[in-house]
Amino acid sequence: MTEPVIRIRDASLSFGPRTLWSGMNLDVERGEFLAVLGPNGSGKSTLLSVLLGQQRLSSGTVHVAARGQEIRAVPGGPAPRGVGYIPQQGVVEFPHALRGTDLVGLGLDGHRWGIGLRGAAERRRRVAEAIDAVSAGAFANRPLSLLSGGEQQRLRVAQALVGEPDVLLCDEPLLSLDIANQRAVSELIERRRREAGTAVLFVTHEINPVLSYVDKVLYLVDGRFSIGSPDEVMTSATLSALYRTTVDVVRIGGQIHVTGPHSAVCEDDPHHSHPQA
Amino acid sequence: MEDFFDLDLMLRALELDFVQTGLLTAAILGVVAGVVGPLIVMRRMAFAVHGTAELTFTGAAAALLVGVSVEFGALAGAVIAALLLALLGGRSSEQDSVIGAVLAFGLGIGVFLLWLYPGRAGNKFGLLVGQVIAVDEANLMVFAVSGVLVIGVLALVYRPLLFAIVDPVVAASRGVPVRLLMPVFAVLVGIATALGVRTVGVLLVIALLVTPAAAACRVTSSPVVATVLSVIFAEVAVLGGIVLSLAPGAPISPFVTTIAFLIYLVCRVIERRRRVATRSGGQLKPTAAATATRQ
Repeated sequence: MTEPVIRIRDASLSFGPRTLWSGMNLDVERGEFLAVLGPNGSGKSTLLSVLLGQQRLSSGTVHVAARGQEIRAVPGGPAPRGVGYIPQQGVVEFPHALRGTDLVGLGLDGHRWGIGLRGAAERRRRVAEAIDAVSAGAFANRPLSLLSGGEQQRLRVAQALVGEPDVLLCDEPLLSLDIANQRAVSELIERRRREAGTAVLFVTHEINPVLSYVDKVLYLVDGRFSIGSPDEVMTSATLSALYRTTVDVVRIGGQIHVTGPHSAVCEDDPHHSHPQA
Repeated sequence: MEDFFDLDLMLRALELDFVQTGLLTAAILGVVAGVVGPLIVMRRMAFAVHGTAELTFTGAAAALLVGVSVEFGALAGAVIAALLLALLGGRSSEQDSVIGAVLAFGLGIGVFLLWLYPGRAGNKFGLLVGQVIAVDEANLMVFAVSGVLVIGVLALVYRPLLFAIVDPVVAASRGVPVRLLMPVFAVLVGIATALGVRTVGVLLVIALLVTPAAAACRVTSSPVVATVLSVIFAEVAVLGGIVLSLAPGAPISPFVTTIAFLIYLVCRVIERRRRVATRSGGQLKPTAAATATRQ
């Protein structure tokens, strides 16, 4: 049994009197696909911030193991290596003088100091490879600001994967994409998991587009949470207990539909503000 | 009007020492402005640059009052203003109003300081419209050192800075110290602004720090090419402006700003023709793309 790539122990996170979650224990193994679900403000994105070392836990420990090396995520410290991150589409408005190749290049070495003239050929090769892998060659040299949301998200996947991460953190990457692009982008992420054993932590409010890939679900509601396989967590009993009200989980044609009086159960709006730089 | 472009007079003026010093100063400024410009445009901080430039006036007025050099006061004013704007204007949605508030207060203070000054301040204030020809040897050194400093620091932080400006969310996830880099960039912009104020003046500094870069970003989508073009445009505007101002003995600002604006217009025309060509080629569907990114 190899070490899990993400290990969270007795973790709790509160802001003042409000506890987002507490007593959380979570292991994510190599090559595992974890979907993080829950209503607005349940701390899904904050969990990603913790894993990126941007947010300190109130108590407990978190380890992100990358390249066989354990790194304790510490706020203000260096970001854990070997971690890729895909934000939701439209989270930044791209300037005109920026192309897909530039975005992917920054994903490779944008965190390094200097101009980066050395190794330019190797850099170009790796960027081109990453762009090919997401079939974005046709539009990677156009201004990002002129691309569609789906095209931008393909390049986001390339940007996250060009650094060969062991862990891929995705923050609602399918939001505001149409069905075809949702499928295309989630397939790219799934392929990486299958071929390179990259662990995927996928924050989403809609499980169906990735349901066939999901090994494990973390469902967060008002400080309560449940962890298990989709069959264990996505049931009327489990979700009713989490929401503390009657929730019906219906499976139709390989899809899971959650219905209930709780208005936050079915949500379609983009949400959670990102820390502005 | 015929001696407006008197070639003979212009050539004779070019042989003068102080004119050559002025051109050298302007050339340094052109490089600094050209390199910093695209980053300013990408970060959408043209108004912040304008605010910073106007607050050099407050710094200069303070310097006048306490009896240090006006140039030093302008530089200090610019750096402090740029830092203040960077630290107060956290969210981009609030930046506009923060600049407005700080700008108005700073200018008020400047007017007050000037009123306190017992002597006549009028002749010390080439700052508003610039007077590059008045730059002497000692100031040239200050220019050169500031220029090397800005370019040197930029070379060191360029990649993470670009990352933090164009893609702050992912940059932060990769460990780029976004919160630290922005004040550093603000100081660099402050220094560049102070240099620009010396040349084209408070009111027109945007013509060198923003217009050339804005023009460059119209015709290329590569940040590197944009930077090279922006340096060339800035040099053409500032050197061309000075040379053209020699014969009529006019202030250089109108010439610099006119050249910069003409370059900008030409770049817009080129961009439009290209886009029409692409559209008729049936490759790009701008309306569809625009709708998709608006969601």
